[in-house]
Amino acid sequence: MPSIIGFYSLTFGLIISFLIIFFSIQNFKNSDSLDKKIVTFTFLQFLFVFISFIGLILSFVNSDFSNETVFNHSHTTKPLFYKISGTWGNHEGSLLLWLLVLTLFIFIFLIKSNAQPKKYRILTLLFQQVIIIGFFIFLLKTSNPFNYILPIPEEGLGLNPILQDPALAIHPPILYLGYVGSSIIFSSALAATSTNYLSKEWAKHIKIWVLISWIFLSLGILLGSIWAYYELGWGGFWFWDPVENVSLMPWLALITLLHCVIVMEKRLILTSWAVILSIATFSLSMCGTFLVRSGILNSVHTFANDPERGLFILIFLFSLIFLSLFIFFFFHKTDNKNLNSLNLFSKETSIIVNNWFMMYFLSVVLIGTIYPIFLDVISSEKISVGPPFYHKLIIPFLIPFLIAMTLGLKFKWIKSEIEDKKNLIIFFLISVLISILIVRNFDTNFLIYSVLISSAFFLFFVTVRDFFVKKFSSFSQNISHFGFSLLILSILFNNFLTNETIINLKVGQTHVAEKFIIKFEDVNQSSQKNYESVVGKFSVKNNDGKTDILYPELRIYNQPNIVTSEAYIKTNFFLDKFMTMNYVQNEEYFNIRYQTKPLMLWIWISVILISLGGLTSLLKKKYES
Amino acid sequence: MYGRKVKLRFFFIFLAIVTLALSIFLILKSLEENVVYFKSPSEIKIDAEMDKKKIRVGGMVKKNSIKIESQDVKFVITDFKNEINVVYSGAVPNLFQEGKGVVAEGYLKDRNFFLATKILAKHDENYMPPEVKEALEGK
Repeated sequence: MPSIIGFYSLTFGLIISFLIIFFSIQNFKNSDSLDKKIVTFTFLQFLFVFISFIGLILSFVNSDFSNETVFNHSHTTKPLFYKISGTWGNHEGSLLLWLLVLTLFIFIFLIKSNAQPKKYRILTLLFQQVIIIGFFIFLLKTSNPFNYILPIPEEGLGLNPILQDPALAIHPPILYLGYVGSSIIFSSALAATSTNYLSKEWAKHIKIWVLISWIFLSLGILLGSIWAYYELGWGGFWFWDPVENVSLMPWLALITLLHCVIVMEKRLILTSWAVILSIATFSLSMCGTFLVRSGILNSVHTFANDPERGLFILIFLFSLIFLSLFIFFFFHKTDNKNLNSLNLFSKETSIIVNNWFMMYFLSVVLIGTIYPIFLDVISSEKISVGPPFYHKLIIPFLIPFLIAMTLGLKFKWIKSEIEDKKNLIIFFLISVLISILIVRNFDTNFLIYSVLISSAFFLFFVTVRDFFVKKFSSFSQNISHFGFSLLILSILFNNFLTNETIINLKVGQTHVAEKFIIKFEDVNQSSQKNYESVVGKFSVKNNDGKTDILYPELRIYNQPNIVTSEAYIKTNFFLDKFMTMNYVQNEEYFNIRYQTKPLMLWIWISVILISLGGLTSLLKKKYES
Repeated sequence: MYGRKVKLRFFFIFLAIVTLALSIFLILKSLEENVVYFKSPSEIKIDAEMDKKKIRVGGMVKKNSIKIESQDVKFVITDFKNEINVVYSGAVPNLFQEGKGVVAEGYLKDRNFFLATKILAKHDENYMPPEVKEALEGK
């Protein structure tokens, strides 16, 4: 029953799209203010998609296996929480969620943009409806979440167990809020270009949407990263896997756009650049969806290998890019009258310089992700691009990037002036001194890393001082940049000081390493609701005499039949102790991975601080207006 | 002759082109150095010269071939035409089983012997990397 309602509700939603387009075009020519009808219909459209989404959730909760999506991805023994999160843990449901956010955002956009010109609002709505219709058709034609199965199966196939996890249950919705938020930026940039409304007011208004999308995208990536750390048991937080990269690319584009819009708000330069970035951001989000959903990339995100779906998104993506480029080149009037007053040592110059660096990082990630696919298509040669590629190309360029970032905080707008020079020099010298003392102890490339750590410390000290000197005047900017310096430092020290031991052990055996002794004490087996749990007990005796007891777990799920390993992580402020255990077939041995990883917690905290800067900036704006 | 504005514009465009060229050069150069090629056991046998660089080998784990010791895991990767012996010390993913697909990354010692540094994790039991599938079907 909920499935039927869901399906019809979805169809109504599509019909409303056409009504909205009809009324909008009428309204565009005729009256001076926005027709109330349009807002009502936009709300109705959201409501219908919402009902449809609730319908799908109910089908999942009731384990209604007459619905194909539910049959493929659910099971009666699954806990309720994962029945619900299973709704978007599959291709069809996740697209419905995407559509839901699309319709919600355009509704919020309409009611929050009263101060903006009417034509601009209507055009934004129209562009957004083009995207919405595209997704409606995609959903109904290639991936209907409400397909019937007859005869009705007794039991479902179950959800991939590694997706049965709290962090991953909320990861897709949060990430989508970020991805889909970029669609509003895209539509709005096109509307502003067509109506010649690329102004300081537009920059101020779109900045809110850029911030919102960016905050959600940051948090979504963070959740995915935390999940990969404890669930996949690879013992890290970022692997330069293509599916990670496709979320990083729109993030980089968004943060570039944010800085660009800030410059535009102050100086009204870089307008074309802002439009290009808006188009790029959404294209990269769509591109990510295409790569992940088409089955070209292999990962836990690839739900189905259906070429038709991939082709549809690809065609849709190219039509949108084509449309946007057309609008950009035909309607956009270049207006660079302010450019000639650009000083070399001003805030805007340093932002532009870092915009370039950001674009460089983006192209590195883009090429590293796309090139293997490209090569496979033209020569059927199979290759993969690993972390060394990214590290080699990104790490050295972080140095000028960090320095420009620090100086940019101290430069003033327009004028060639820098704030408290004396302190900057002192901080710089201190940073260099500290890093030389630290890096001396590591066995790495001394020159690059001491300079890199110096520049990260430089940013760190300058932002810390600003918390005391400037107090709340530029709090949000300060906390984000402080978070970034903390992130770089944590990642670097984490990398240098991580210690890993991988060993095969039988129950009762001990492994003596340089700094600790691992003893495999015991194994316990127990039955849980939808899996068998095997918990190992290990004692790790450290050189300082302290002993840790660790309990890594193996879960053998019954439906589908999959083994997952749950890492046991002992976290404290400075150090994570991480252990995973794996069963090796037909042998009494267990494969044990034990890592000590310093500052893991600080990596997560710094990402939260970076996003917090965005949030406070958003709240401050609200407070001011 | 030219105004400040035109000069500035010219400077910007020049700078943009130089940076673009430089970064593309850099990216392509390190791409060349850092890609990892994928090979099936049969391809390794046929190849005229042996790759000294890091490669990936994919296929099935041969039945009854897994031998485990305290430091190493030894097994045989087969594509049902040719096979290769693998020695590996490191973390084993959950779905590493005899008769299932596997992708190992590492270095060739000789044509029959592969020293793996990493075994790639997979996410579901029915899933087979397309590379492996193709290698098994013999392209």
